[in-house]
Amino acid sequence: MIVVDFVVEDMDLRLLVQLGVIAFTFLMLINASALLVYAERKVMGFMQQRYGPYRVGPHGLLQPLADILKLLMKEELTPKGADRWLFTLAPILAVTAAFAAFATVPFGAETTLFGLLDEPVKLGVADINVGVLVVFALTSMGVYGIVLAGWSSNSKYSLLGGLRSSAQMISYELSYATALSAVILLAESLSLRVTVDAQAGYWFGVIPRWYVFLQPVGFLIYMTAAIAETNRAPFDFPEAEQELVAGYNTEYSSVRFALFPQAEYINMTTAAAVATDLYLGGWHGPFLPVEYGWIWFLVKVGAILFVYIWVRWTVPRYRYDQLMQFGWKWLFPASVINLIATAALVLSLNA
Amino acid sequence: MPETLVFYLLSAIAIGASALVIGQRNPMYSVLLLIASFGALAGLYIQLQAPFVAVAQIIIYAGAIMVLFLFVVMLLNAPQEDAAEWDRTHPLRRPTISRFGGLLAALLVVQLAWALLSARGVEAPVGAGAVADTGSVRALGRVLFSEYVFAFEATSVLILVAMLGAVVLARREGES
Repeated sequence: MIVVDFVVEDMDLRLLVQLGVIAFTFLMLINASALLVYAERKVMGFMQQRYGPYRVGPHGLLQPLADILKLLMKEELTPKGADRWLFTLAPILAVTAAFAAFATVPFGAETTLFGLLDEPVKLGVADINVGVLVVFALTSMGVYGIVLAGWSSNSKYSLLGGLRSSAQMISYELSYATALSAVILLAESLSLRVTVDAQAGYWFGVIPRWYVFLQPVGFLIYMTAAIAETNRAPFDFPEAEQELVAGYNTEYSSVRFALFPQAEYINMTTAAAVATDLYLGGWHGPFLPVEYGWIWFLVKVGAILFVYIWVRWTVPRYRYDQLMQFGWKWLFPASVINLIATAALVLSLNA
Repeated sequence: MPETLVFYLLSAIAIGASALVIGQRNPMYSVLLLIASFGALAGLYIQLQAPFVAVAQIIIYAGAIMVLFLFVVMLLNAPQEDAAEWDRTHPLRRPTISRFGGLLAALLVVQLAWALLSARGVEAPVGAGAVADTGSVRALGRVLFSEYVFAFEATSVLILVAMLGAVVLARREGES
């Protein structure tokens, strides 16, 4: 349940600790989006044989700060004929859905913070028994931000970007959810924390019991669909700049514009964190005790995010009809076959 | 006590948003208000100890069906309804039809009142003991595929038929 059950006596301390965890998660996500901007520009630079940002701070580390300051000082424009309410609501919706989707993603085992606390605290905002579904539901809410931004701008390019986005997200959500279902079948739970703990230990003493080894196809489908869900290249049709200027955010400026890339980077982080929890064993890994598992978690999320950026600057954009054909004729059937095979396997092993 | 407050708040949002859906001239706003109404309903399901139903409500209705609605509204780029034009020409404005509609609405109100007055035993949540918090999905699945399997399968066949029908209707003559 969302309502956290506190014992009344020591409610104050536990409430404070829980609020601390929530505030920490929130700040972590904001920082993640800023760091991802830097990482993206730096990795892109290396891939194009140049340095990337280098002037602001050591090795350009303060570049995200400079970017944000620049955006804050820009004029906020609202195009003529735009729907004022929805034009403002759209970026807020996008970024709210992105933040909220992380709420049920656990990122570490129980820890006492190096002995600071009497009782161990679970690292993660909320531990809900249908956690996977909550992440999925709130991620799919993000499409409204983009669609409304496209519609309310009163611009053809924006509208086309919004339309493409809704079509693309509906098409790839199916494969995404079907790939998730296979893991749910294996873990026999909808709770992300239970799923992670089911991946503790080793096969034959060497291979970690991560679901990526049982679900290699599912993992690939999940990653592909996640890239499409977060509108990243090679599936970044909502903002295909050669065709649509900048897509759904063409008419946006200043803070309202800044919220869209922020939502995108937070969605990337969430997708990577969920992939880590579901397929890569979350905070379980060799060498480190579970207490320090969050280090493994960060390493895994970082690796997935690097692959995300790597793919973006390596693979050219698909054509739109290719995107739809790939989604419906290849990815979706593959994920359904994967789900049926997994179900058959689980049934035969349990019988 | 806070639960009661939240219940009334969510109910107010659900009812208010639903009423406003009909009142809007802009179909875009109608769609968004309907989503708000669905969100409030999901909150009510959580209060009824049914988190799975709440999340399913969000995923299916708010996440999938309403996106399709929005898609259609945007594609048609429906303009704001012109009230005067609507009043003059719309077939639903014919007196016989509107009288029939009024009769149906009155019947609905009577039926609702009757149903609410004759309802018994609504004080305790249904099956709260049987559906423990971790087993909610499992229990639901078990009931769905044993007790209600016929209704479940019939519904899925119905949806399949509707989908095929839409494909047949959308296909133009002469195309293969």
